[in-house]
Amino acid sequence: MAASNENLKNMIGQEYKDGFVTDIESDSFPPGLSEDVIRAISAKKDEPEFLLEWRLEAYRHWLTMKHPEWAFVEFPKIDFQEISYYSAPKSMEDGPKSLDEVDPELISTYNKLGIPLEEQMRLAGVAVDAVFDSVSVATTFKDKLYEAGVIFCSFSEAVKEHPELIKQYLGTVVSQYDNFYAALNAAVFSDGSFVYIPKGVRCPMELSTYFRINAANTGQFERTLIIADEGSHVSYLEGCTAPMRDENQLHAAVVELVILKDAEIKYSTVQNWYPGDENGVGGIYNFVTKRAECREENAKVSWTQVETGSAITWKYPSVVLKGDNSIGEFYSVALTNNYQQADTGTKMIHYGKNTSSTIISKGISAGHGQNTYRGLVKMGRNAENARNYTQCDSLLMGDQCGAHTFPYIETKNPSATLEHEASTSKISEDQLFYCMQRGISAEDAVSMIVNGFCKEVFKELPMEFAVEAQALLGISLEGSVG
Amino acid sequence: MLKIENLHVSVEGKEILNGINLEIGAGEVHAIMGPNGSGKSTLSYILAGREGYDITEGRVLFNGKDLLDMSVEERAWAGVFLAFQYPVEVPGVSNIYFLKAALNGIRKHEGLSELDAMDFITRVKGKMKDLDMDEKFLYRAVNEGFSGGEKKRNEILQMSVLEPSLCLLDETDSGLDIDALQIVAEGVNRLRDPNRSFVLITHYQRLLDYIKPDYVHVLAHGKVVKSGGPELALELEKHGYAWVEEKLAS
Repeated sequence: MAASNENLKNMIGQEYKDGFVTDIESDSFPPGLSEDVIRAISAKKDEPEFLLEWRLEAYRHWLTMKHPEWAFVEFPKIDFQEISYYSAPKSMEDGPKSLDEVDPELISTYNKLGIPLEEQMRLAGVAVDAVFDSVSVATTFKDKLYEAGVIFCSFSEAVKEHPELIKQYLGTVVSQYDNFYAALNAAVFSDGSFVYIPKGVRCPMELSTYFRINAANTGQFERTLIIADEGSHVSYLEGCTAPMRDENQLHAAVVELVILKDAEIKYSTVQNWYPGDENGVGGIYNFVTKRAECREENAKVSWTQVETGSAITWKYPSVVLKGDNSIGEFYSVALTNNYQQADTGTKMIHYGKNTSSTIISKGISAGHGQNTYRGLVKMGRNAENARNYTQCDSLLMGDQCGAHTFPYIETKNPSATLEHEASTSKISEDQLFYCMQRGISAEDAVSMIVNGFCKEVFKELPMEFAVEAQALLGISLEGSVG
Repeated sequence: MLKIENLHVSVEGKEILNGINLEIGAGEVHAIMGPNGSGKSTLSYILAGREGYDITEGRVLFNGKDLLDMSVEERAWAGVFLAFQYPVEVPGVSNIYFLKAALNGIRKHEGLSELDAMDFITRVKGKMKDLDMDEKFLYRAVNEGFSGGEKKRNEILQMSVLEPSLCLLDETDSGLDIDALQIVAEGVNRLRDPNRSFVLITHYQRLLDYIKPDYVHVLAHGKVVKSGGPELALELEKHGYAWVEEKLAS
């Protein structure tokens, strides 16, 4: 149906609605990377010696590493000396303040993004840590959470207030040598969020971090560390946006989750970094290492991600299932439109007995988008009766895009069970005609069919996020089919 | 209501409809019969606006407006409904959500407000009862995993909820057992109204035992070769389509 491909193209040509720039005076490092730069970041943060040493070890190791080439993505070589590794609004120089003291320009930026930081305006039940370029500008409901024993603050603050927790857990899931971008992050990370849920506590509200890149030519390198102590439970949400710029910008984050006995973390992401324009100019390179470790028995973690942004997405939220009976889940929707490229998936590493994992991946490709699922399911020697179920579905819109699947399986235990299902489909002419014949407009029909395709993932998202994700998918595909 | 004048349609240079003339008045029920490949389904697709056909000659007026000039959705909003021969599956989209989107799409264009959830569900449940459909159908994905009979019943449910003015039924009887056929036919009969017209496209006379047509047309080689009253269908049933061909030849 030639006509629908034409319409598909029109519908894709939508505006990125969060692409504005905040005009604010920043304190930025000149571009360049060296031990001095790392020392300077560490000094800005007034960090203890052990952390500086940790950074420098990572950096020295990074210098010996080669840029990885195995992902199914293409982009020009990154010159790491051309990036500025630190940028913070001038008004934030003295570290996070109370909300009354935060620059109104920053507050209005978050308002514009639909993330009001004033607690009375915020939807009850969601606490936010707002990260702007290299610093956390505010964390809401901190005191209320503290009453419940929950620590929720910026990473920098955690380093100061809870160094013992940082020392105990930092780098224990993703070491500072783990991979090229994780090592780079370890060397230069500037802020991020820190969460500790004490024993037996069910976190009284949803926690969330909202990442915003604003400054040009700056990389954002943040680190998130969440620890769920025995029998605790937390639901954590993550959102991200950036201005529209012609240059590509690097975002290389690390997320570490530690889940102890009988605890559970539910981690949800709606990733809406600027994807570049319709010709593939600009956009964020999103190279992220996310890993959870179910360290003790009956631990449970669930990653849910909706990826509509970034020029290039390269990430594999993974789970190491060490504790017996622990559970890992991965639910993902990745959309690539225009010239976006996504190489995303997960790793489920089973070490404990009776561990189980579920992978549901939905890839949608439109325009010239390239969408790759890459996954590893590994059953260790002691993973008696471990189980995995994997389902990878791809939906193609138009005839210029691509969907690729690379599932890897390694098993060293004969009692393990693995199931894998995969499908590739197109939004068919028949489906569109059927919907339109019933009086549903072409755009609504596409959005309905795509949402139907993603349903199994959306139902895993917290309510508020599910609505946002559906709307975002609708906007990202506007004009996609006729 | 509907006036088809000298309609010629071809696909990839091959002529499928070859000068169709038909006039359907408000409240009338017309049956279009004919052998396989006579162009029956093509006619229903053309009226509903499916792409992929070349209309080389002729015109179609719907309530005085040029139907062929309207998009698929515009035709639906104007009251054209096609009950599909092979209803399409829409995975992950529940029947109730689909119906609601369709109804509100149409209401929007009639300048009506969206039906609220309670009014909507009451309306749908009543119609489902008439069609002997279990309420659990509402929460299943559109046509996914439905049996042939369930799909056809679902088409009639949509038709009853959307209340179109021109109903095109494309071989709705195919794949139905006799009980299901009766239920579907009753559903259609219940919708008969002085302001609503029906075009029944069928291969067999048996549907017409339950839905009495006002007129019967025989389509062969892309042309209406014979028109008459309900008795024409009986004659066809008796003599087969070869009889029409013979008559034409003589």
